[in-house]
Formats: sequence, C-alpha cells, structure tokens
Amino acid sequence: MTKFIIRRLIQTIPVLLGVTILVFSLMHLIPGDPAQIIAGESAPERQVEQIRERLGLNDPLHVQYGKFLGNIVTGDLGQSVRSSRPVADEIGTRFWVTVELAVYSTIVSVFLGLIAGIISAVRHYTVLDVVIMIVALFGLSMPNFWLGLMLIQYFSIGNWMPDWMSFMQMRASGWGDSWKQVVLPVITLGTAGAAIIARMTRSSMLEVIGQDYIRTARAKGVKERIVIYRHALKNALIPVVTVVGLEFGALLGGTVLTETIFAINGMGRLTIDAIRTRDFPVVQGTVLVISLLFVFVNLLVDISYRFLNKRIELD
Amino acid sequence: MSENTVNEPVTAKRVNPRLENYKMIWKRLKKNKAALIGGYLIIFFILVAVFGPYLLSQFGQYGPYQQNLLNKLQGPSAEHWFGTDNFGRDIFTRIIHGMELTLWIGFLSVLIGMIIGVPLGIISGYYGGRIDNIIMRVMDVLLAFPGILLALAIVSVLGGSLQNVIIAVGIFSIPAFARIVRGSTLSVRKLEYIDAVRALGASDFRIIFKHILPNVMSPIIVQATLRIATAVLTASGLSFLGLGAQPPMPEWGAMLSAGRTYMYEAWHVAFFPGAMIVLVVLAFNIFGDGIRDALDPKMKQ
Repeated sequence: MTKFIIRRLIQTIPVLLGVTILVFSLMHLIPGDPAQIIAGESAPERQVEQIRERLGLNDPLHVQYGKFLGNIVTGDLGQSVRSSRPVADEIGTRFWVTVELAVYSTIVSVFLGLIAGIISAVRHYTVLDVVIMIVALFGLSMPNFWLGLMLIQYFSIGNWMPDWMSFMQMRASGWGDSWKQVVLPVITLGTAGAAIIARMTRSSMLEVIGQDYIRTARAKGVKERIVIYRHALKNALIPVVTVVGLEFGALLGGTVLTETIFAINGMGRLTIDAIRTRDFPVVQGTVLVISLLFVFVNLLVDISYRFLNKRIELD
Repeated sequence: MSENTVNEPVTAKRVNPRLENYKMIWKRLKKNKAALIGGYLIIFFILVAVFGPYLLSQFGQYGPYQQNLLNKLQGPSAEHWFGTDNFGRDIFTRIIHGMELTLWIGFLSVLIGMIIGVPLGIISGYYGGRIDNIIMRVMDVLLAFPGILLALAIVSVLGGSLQNVIIAVGIFSIPAFARIVRGSTLSVRKLEYIDAVRALGASDFRIIFKHILPNVMSPIIVQATLRIATAVLTASGLSFLGLGAQPPMPEWGAMLSAGRTYMYEAWHVAFFPGAMIVLVVLAFNIFGDGIRDALDPKMKQ
C-alpha cells in the first residue's frame, strides 16, 4: 500500500509540472503581444512597456518559467493587472466559497445518485427503473446554466430566494444564515453528477447482482435486504468511487457557470471576470488553483480506490 | 480476408463477414427503442438544419434578424410560437436558424478531437514504451483541467468567437479519444492474428490501418456520438458566458444569455433555447448509449 501511494505520488509530479507549463503558456499563446492586449489597443507605448516589465515578459522564456514555478512554490501567483493586488489574495476566501459549493454539490449528487441507482438496479426493468433512468438522462443532458435560470425563475416567485442581493456580497466566512441560498446553486450544480452516478451505480449493481457469490448468498437464505446492502453494494460501489472523483472535477469546472448565474463570489466567477477584463495573471492563477485541486482530489480517489479494491495488486 | 476462403469448397453463399457484422449491429440497434428514438431525432434535427431556414424563408413571415421593437418580449402565441425576444425577433425562427450552428459546432469540434486523438491513441497503444508514456502524460495534463475549464482557458487565450470555441472544444475532446483508442489498441495488439500479419511482413502502417483501426472503430463511434453531446453543452456554455458566438448570431447559448436579463418579465426568451439544447444533447446521448449496447460484444446472445 505504502509502495503504491509513493508510486502514485511520483506519477503526479510530471502532471503537476505539465499543468504549470500549460498555465504558464497561456500568457504566451495569446496571439499578438500580451502586454499590448492587456494594456488595450490604444495604450501609450510607455504603459505597455511598464506592463511588460511588471510581468517580466522581457526575460527569456525559460527564465520566466523558472520564476513562475519558483513563485508558485512559495505561494506567489503574481499580481492582478487590474487591481494590482496579489492574485493569491484575490483568490483567498473565494477559494473556499467554490470548494464549499463543489463539496455540497458532490455530497448531494452522491446521495441522490446512489439511492436512485440502487432503486433502479433492485427494481430493474420495472416502470420505476425506466422513470429513474429517463430522469437521469435528462439530468445528464441539461446545461446547468439553463437549469439554474429556470430554478431561479420558478422559485423566485416563492420565498426561496429571500435575499437575492446578499449573493452579491457573499461573506468571507461562507454561506450565511439561510440554507435556502445554498439550495438552488447546489441543485443546479449537482444534478448532472447525480444523473451520472445513478447510471453508474445501476449498471455496476446489476453486474454484481448477476455474480455467483450473490446467488450463493441468496441460496444460503440470507435476507434479500442484506444481500443487496451488505454483499452486493459493497462491491458495486468500487467503480462508483472513481466516478465520484471525476464528478467532483466536473463540478469544480461547472462552478464557473453556476457562480455566474447565482452571482456567487467564488473562483469561477473570478475567472470569468478576469477573462472579460483580460486580467491574465488572475486567469492563470484561478485555472492553476482549480486544476491543482482537481489533481489532488483524483490522487485521493485513486488511493481510496486501491484501498477499497484489495483484489487489485500492484501491476 | 476473402482470399483465405477461395480454395475452400463453397457450399453456402459466400458472406462478407464485416457486412454480416454490420447487419447484426443494425439488428440489435433496431431492438433498442430508445436508441432508435435518438437516431430519428438526430436525423430530424439534421433535416431541420438543412431545410428549416429555407422553408421558413418561403412560408414563414420572419427573418432571424428581423426586429420589431413594438412587438418585443411577447409570450408564445399562434403568431410567434416561441414568443419574441427583447428586439421583437421571432424566437422560433431564430432557433431553427441556430440548429445548423449547434450541429456544426458539435460535429466539427468532435472531428478535431478525433483527428488528433485517435492517431495519438493508436500510436500510444501500438508502440507502447516511451512514446506511450509521453503521449499519455500529456493527456493526463489536459485532463487535469476539469470540465469546461480547459476549453475556457483556451478561449480566453484565443479570444471569444465561434471558431475559437470549436477549436477549444475540439482540443478538450482529444484526451477522451486518445485514452479510449489506446485501451482498445492495447487489447487488439496482443491478439494472435496481429502477430500473424506481422510475420507475413506487413508494415506497421499497414497493420495499423488495415487491422487495428477497423477493430477499434466501435469505441470510436460510441465515443464520438457521446462526445457530440458534451461538445454541444460545453460550446453553448461558453457562448452563454459571452465567450463564443456573439450576438446577434442565433446561437442558442448566446440567446439564452440574452434572455437572462428579461427572466422576470419573459420566461420564454431563456426557456426555449435551453430546451432545444436539452433535446439535441439528449438525442445524442441516447443514441450513443444505444450504439454502445449494440456494439458491445458482451451483449451478443
């Protein structure tokens, strides 16, 4: 096990390096002169030169990358071109807002997805199964920004969004007093994940239920309930774990849209605002942080997967 | 393949095994009702994209860009099936015109992903070793940018336009193809007939194109179909954020984004474009699921 973890950690290093190289390149792949684009087309040459100097664009590429990497390691993500604040500060509390949103949504989608998937598998080929699977298909096919807008439209009539404006001033501490504020964004973000997990759980359960040891358990006279929950579910969940990890990533990406719709002041919204104002250091910072988080979560998932699935030995 | 059977005494009619295989797949696909519905929907959408704008110009009263400010934000009616938007444009007409855009975005971006991803996957799986390692690590890096983020980062660099969205979503699709194709190539490569062909002196190029590619086609087709669904979702998301198709283009994501401002007075402006996205994505999803079941040898009875 330790050997596996160490090997997996070592495997992560090239990916991390690759991510930093790609994020670093973002600035240099901009067609034209990045400093000019950041400064604006009609900016005086002096200002462009200033930006170029500040971003260190005059150095040779490898020197720039070396500095970039060195700064990341020390937690310095550069400076926003617009607000002149350090990017790390800009991200600061917004990081937790996004993580919280993604974690809640993951929990909801795992919970709903598992229940729906298990019911579907246990009752397979019944009307209930068909209905659940159709709902899941719709959930999977829905753009979450549309779902979010429709939810707002529908529930804003009721009292579900009592405090619309307070979204704009999301407190540093998190979500505030009203759980209702969290509900709609979480549903918006979690639906697709729930659908995917439901489908995965169903097919995984069906596969396991068809296996010999389940027949044996049933033949022994074990209660159906116990067969399903103790014998089948345990093994059926193993492949689902991987999906949960991937879904968490998809959710992290999805926050970009959800936060925009609900005016939540998280990293996703920061990214979009930065793209709109061509604040590339901030774009680089948020993209980097979100990806690193995703890589880290996947690492955890892989390790827990190996932990759950003891049958797989080191290959 | 037919050369091998030439000398055998021919009793039954000679059959083309590949054709038989296709027939079998078709048979299984026909049994899957959901997949058929998906397939018909896709055909219908393509027909709408091709003929819809022409029919509307002949029989309809509105153009996709035709404004009528006196008539803005009208709800659905017999006159305007899906209502009108903030410029008084007929939403139904705009949605029909947008169908072509949506399908092109889906097809082209997935094509880009396929053209780059499939060869990478085959090379990786076929040659293995260091080149495999390099290609797959690069794919890992691309996959480290979750969801829409990779496409978003690319568009942020290239600048927001429909063309750049297609490129971005295409690049975003590469790793999916590369990984799936690599996996299938690995399992095909180990089969004995590949050794046999190689012993006969076939070049790598010939082995890859004549013997491996046809055998990894099924996962590619399935992946491509499902990927179109993802591509449409991602691209409309980018347009929604204002980074893709620009107004007044009748792109659904952009239309939805415009409708957002008028949500409280006119729900239909945002509703219909989004509902169309759902339908198109749904069609590709169920069709993709269906052909996966049809192509999966485990399902053979």
